[in-house]
Amino acid sequence: MTRRVYLDSNATTPVLPEVLDAMRPYFSEHFGNASSIHHHGQETRSAVERARESVAALFQCRASEIVFTSGGTEADNLAIFGLAQPGDHVITSTIEHHAVLNACKHLEAMGCTVSFVPVDRRGLIDPEDVRRSVRPNTKLISVMFANNETGVVQPLAEIGKIAAEAEVYFHTDAVQAAGKIPIDVHAIGCDLLAISGHKFHATQGVGALYVRKGTELEPMLYGGRHERSRRAGTENVPGIVGLGKASELARTGFDRHDDQKMAAARDRLERELLKLEATGLNGEDAPRVPNTTNIYFDGIEGEALVIALDLKGLAVSTGAACSSGAIEPSHVLLAMGLRPHRAKASIRFSLGKQNTSEDVDFALGAIPETVARLRDLSPLWNRVPTRIT
Amino acid sequence: MSGGVDSSAVAAMLRAQGRNVIGLTMQLWNQRRLAGHEGMPESVQGRCCSIDDVYDARRVAETLGIPYYVVNHEERFERDVVRPFVEEYLAGRTPIPCSLCNNHLKFDQLLIVARQIGADQIATGHYAQVAFDQQLNRWLLKRPADRSKDQTYFLFGLTQEQLSRTLFPLGGMTKPEVRELARKHSLVIAEKPDSQEICFVPGGDYKRFLEAYLTEQGDRPAEVAGEMVTTDGKVIGEHAGVHNFTVGQRKGLGVATGSPLYVIQINNDTRQVVVGKDEELYSRTLRARRVNLISTPELRQPMAVAVKIRHKHQPAPAIIEAAGPDEVLVTFDQPQRALTPGQAAVFYDGDIVVGGGWIENPR
Repeated sequence: MTRRVYLDSNATTPVLPEVLDAMRPYFSEHFGNASSIHHHGQETRSAVERARESVAALFQCRASEIVFTSGGTEADNLAIFGLAQPGDHVITSTIEHHAVLNACKHLEAMGCTVSFVPVDRRGLIDPEDVRRSVRPNTKLISVMFANNETGVVQPLAEIGKIAAEAEVYFHTDAVQAAGKIPIDVHAIGCDLLAISGHKFHATQGVGALYVRKGTELEPMLYGGRHERSRRAGTENVPGIVGLGKASELARTGFDRHDDQKMAAARDRLERELLKLEATGLNGEDAPRVPNTTNIYFDGIEGEALVIALDLKGLAVSTGAACSSGAIEPSHVLLAMGLRPHRAKASIRFSLGKQNTSEDVDFALGAIPETVARLRDLSPLWNRVPTRIT
Repeated sequence: MSGGVDSSAVAAMLRAQGRNVIGLTMQLWNQRRLAGHEGMPESVQGRCCSIDDVYDARRVAETLGIPYYVVNHEERFERDVVRPFVEEYLAGRTPIPCSLCNNHLKFDQLLIVARQIGADQIATGHYAQVAFDQQLNRWLLKRPADRSKDQTYFLFGLTQEQLSRTLFPLGGMTKPEVRELARKHSLVIAEKPDSQEICFVPGGDYKRFLEAYLTEQGDRPAEVAGEMVTTDGKVIGEHAGVHNFTVGQRKGLGVATGSPLYVIQINNDTRQVVVGKDEELYSRTLRARRVNLISTPELRQPMAVAVKIRHKHQPAPAIIEAAGPDEVLVTFDQPQRALTPGQAAVFYDGDIVVGGGWIENPR
């Protein structure tokens, strides 16, 4: 049996045993519809509300400001389509996740105008670019918290100030930041913040949107008056309970400085890999979440490296997988100014709470020899005698 | 693995032999890219590289319990197959994209990826045979047992290095046997119809594809229209573009005369399409360029072979002789109909592929 090590936690994470334990009674034992008035409904209603409090506590907001959704994509879409109307102007960035990027492209089709703010070579947005993009009809600024591919954390507090001064709504896709670094919605000054459960050890299919009290948000789904009429549909009780537990675990983790330990493991992996010839860090000199590193290995196709490593038992990723599973060059790395060949030679390593120091050892054992073999067989690598890029 | 019967059966066979098999699908063309463009079909179901085919290939890999990956080579495919395909038509030739794909993608890029991920060889669902000949000290490409499925015509460009790392497990089988094997392994694709046409050209309508692609690229050449002339130089009409014609074509010439007319030649320099009678289509010689030799390192003296000038052509006896670097002069025993520039001339010695090259414009 091949030993398998998973370093792709920005794609998804395993559900932690404590989370699964918390969820387990809510399948067959406490199965009530949280809207029902009887005992069964009361049981699950209180579980949902306890979970709401745990999630709110992770972001320093009120429980009533949390709307549960089916995931990060729905939360992002609710924030964007819940606010922007035809004729409005929206500001976002070029490195957003497709949940925001394609939603904003659809806004354009609906009759909104959208400004896509660029990033510098570190992957950082200049808040002044955001300020300069504000127009009289700007309705919303949507900038991600941490990038899914590089882990780079954006200067959100500054953007929040700009939004407040301009009296523009400010949404952040915090899917890759939630549970990884402490978040305080007031410190950022955001009106909306989207999270996804499975990125921090809850299940796939649950997420949440923080909606600051007083924000006038149109629902996307029409139906019953669930979630204060912001999101119709019977609650995913086990998923929500899991999200609450994962939020609680994330908070206690910060108290134990788990994030610093993870950063240390990530840094060791990164340091060793950067010792290899013709490699480099994408997002260098920028603040990053503690679990992510994105490294280019010149002269290889990232796609082949991902496959070769998977066959050796190491799961990592590159770019964004399209519907067929093939890899397209990363829009994030291209936006940072990487040449396409280097963008395609880049690999993302992302750790989770489940990873051990042995996992990093395993990766460090597998990667150098695999990179060497790929380069030996690469026409790209062998064509450049000086290997200066 | 295309998601079709042949490559799926190959995976099943090799797996049954206990070999360490990895399934790869090449994503070569985004079928949605030109959908809805200039009368192109909106729906692209059941096409190569469609999501359905990738889904089928993945299901087969799951059934067989082999690792499976999709690798994206869209950029190379466009550069080395699609663009040359378009340019050949615009230059009045009739291209064979499948050969280019074999030379530049399947047995080049895919082989590199295969070796990079730790494989020694690639196996494909082509109907052909490959064998090492001790005496000649060369890898040979041979026609398959099922002559009706023979794909060696598209494989003449393979080098010794490529052949040495290639397996064609279907070479000894007939198509019904291959289907039976797929059924035996309970593969979901066992009854899937064969693909017939050029994978990136929906419905086989290459003219519509050219229009859509050129529009998308915004580089429509100014001059493709020209005169329609007879073999004795008489102008009898005009045509909208040389890419609408292929040598030997009879229908759609847009001129009416008493006797049937055929395209005899397309002159790219003058944009003239030369038409004439059927008997004028026959010629005895052709020049093949960019020749690749397989069974012999060089042609030191003239050699008697059988030459195939298009996929469905019955190989015709001919003498081949070297006529310059990478160039071969082919002289047929009997005149052959419609030697078409852009197609390949592939030389056979019995079952063995001697080599082949690209048919050039007559001068």
